[in-house]
Amino acid sequence: MKSILTILILIIMSSTINLNAQHIQKELNYEFNALEPHIDAKTMEVHYSKHHAGYIAKLNKAIEGTEYSEYDLMTLQKLISEKTPAAIRNNGGGSWNHEFFWDILTPTKGMKPSKKLNDAIIRDFGSFDSFKSEFKNAALGQFGSGWAWLIIQDGKLKVVSTPNQDNPLMEFAKEKGTPILAIDVWEHAYYLKYQNLRGDYIEAFFNVVNWDKVSEYYEKAIK
Amino acid sequence: MFTLPELPYKQNALEPYIKEETVKFHYTKHHNGYVNKLNNLVEGTDFANSTLEEIIKNAEGGIFNNGAQVWNHTFYWEGFSPKGGGTPVGEIAKAINNSFGSFDDFKEKFSNAAATLFGSGWAWLVVNKQGKLEIVQASNAGNPIRDGLKPLLTCDVWEHAYYLDYQNLRPDYIKNFWEIIDWVKINERLINA
Ligand SMILES: [Fe+2]
Ligand SMILES: [Fe+2]
Repeated sequence: MKSILTILILIIMSSTINLNAQHIQKELNYEFNALEPHIDAKTMEVHYSKHHAGYIAKLNKAIEGTEYSEYDLMTLQKLISEKTPAAIRNNGGGSWNHEFFWDILTPTKGMKPSKKLNDAIIRDFGSFDSFKSEFKNAALGQFGSGWAWLIIQDGKLKVVSTPNQDNPLMEFAKEKGTPILAIDVWEHAYYLKYQNLRGDYIEAFFNVVNWDKVSEYYEKAIK
Repeated sequence: MFTLPELPYKQNALEPYIKEETVKFHYTKHHNGYVNKLNNLVEGTDFANSTLEEIIKNAEGGIFNNGAQVWNHTFYWEGFSPKGGGTPVGEIAKAINNSFGSFDDFKEKFSNAAATLFGSGWAWLVVNKQGKLEIVQASNAGNPIRDGLKPLLTCDVWEHAYYLDYQNLRPDYIKNFWEIIDWVKINERLINA
């Protein structure tokens, strides 16, 4: 009886937490060492359990009692405008961007874009190689901290980059669109293994892209 | 041609606060890389015979970024000494007390500016146009000379400055940063400003 009561209280408590829309970090779909040697275990551990967890904790603090506390992470991105407080913009972006990033990585080898996505890549970039080099240049050219993205904009694929933790979903993004692939080019994403060699990290990243997931995002977005 | 200035001490001289490996990458790869990129970019442009200060004041895009980063890093290295740390001396001690109340208050404010700069960038102690000391933050390659301010001290908070030693713990890096500040040098900079 007592234990049933405890469970009931726990359920009530957790639903209250949900009403306050406290964001919770999703578990990784793979182990920290699963992306070795391309992304090392130590980097994954610090990146996931310190940087990403830190953004979520700070976001939860920043949205408490504000109008921003009522939305899921993806919806929140679209509500972030130039007027949004910096703590919500930065930590909101940091929370969603990393969640998205973990999701498009995989230890499974040999994945390829689906037929539909591959056709679109050829249509919009000419070839997979020219897409890859455009993506690599965007990731290399993002001076300082930031991200490079493959997005869908007006039904077409486009490579863009954003500074710091901004992303193409945010209201003020210079190039808006639906992200289907992303690379984190903050130095924390690669410094322990690659130091100043961001280009080597970007090359390695292409060995661990979850093309099944990216294709799924693509097909969902164009429907 | 812009050249990489000599490091004023050995690469292991800032241990244990900044490890030799960090100084090695930071100086021979990052700082040197900015010098090389700058030389490539200015070739055949109006900036080929400019000073770094002129580039900082007038250039945009890649030339500004790489030129300012060359200047910023030289200034950063020259502000350290293996015999540094402790409390400020001379004019700089007085100026800090006048502008911030006490050295501890200044340290706290400057540390906070360095810790809260989001993304990559620099925290600066500068002399403003009224001749008072001021703390400013600058993103990426930002340099206060562009705004007519005179820099006295800087802390690089790009992740490459501390990631091998401290990873996500930027505040620990900043705490140790004070242990290697060459206050004699900072005082000289104030007198020349
Ligand atoms: Fe990151
Ligand atoms: Fe640096």
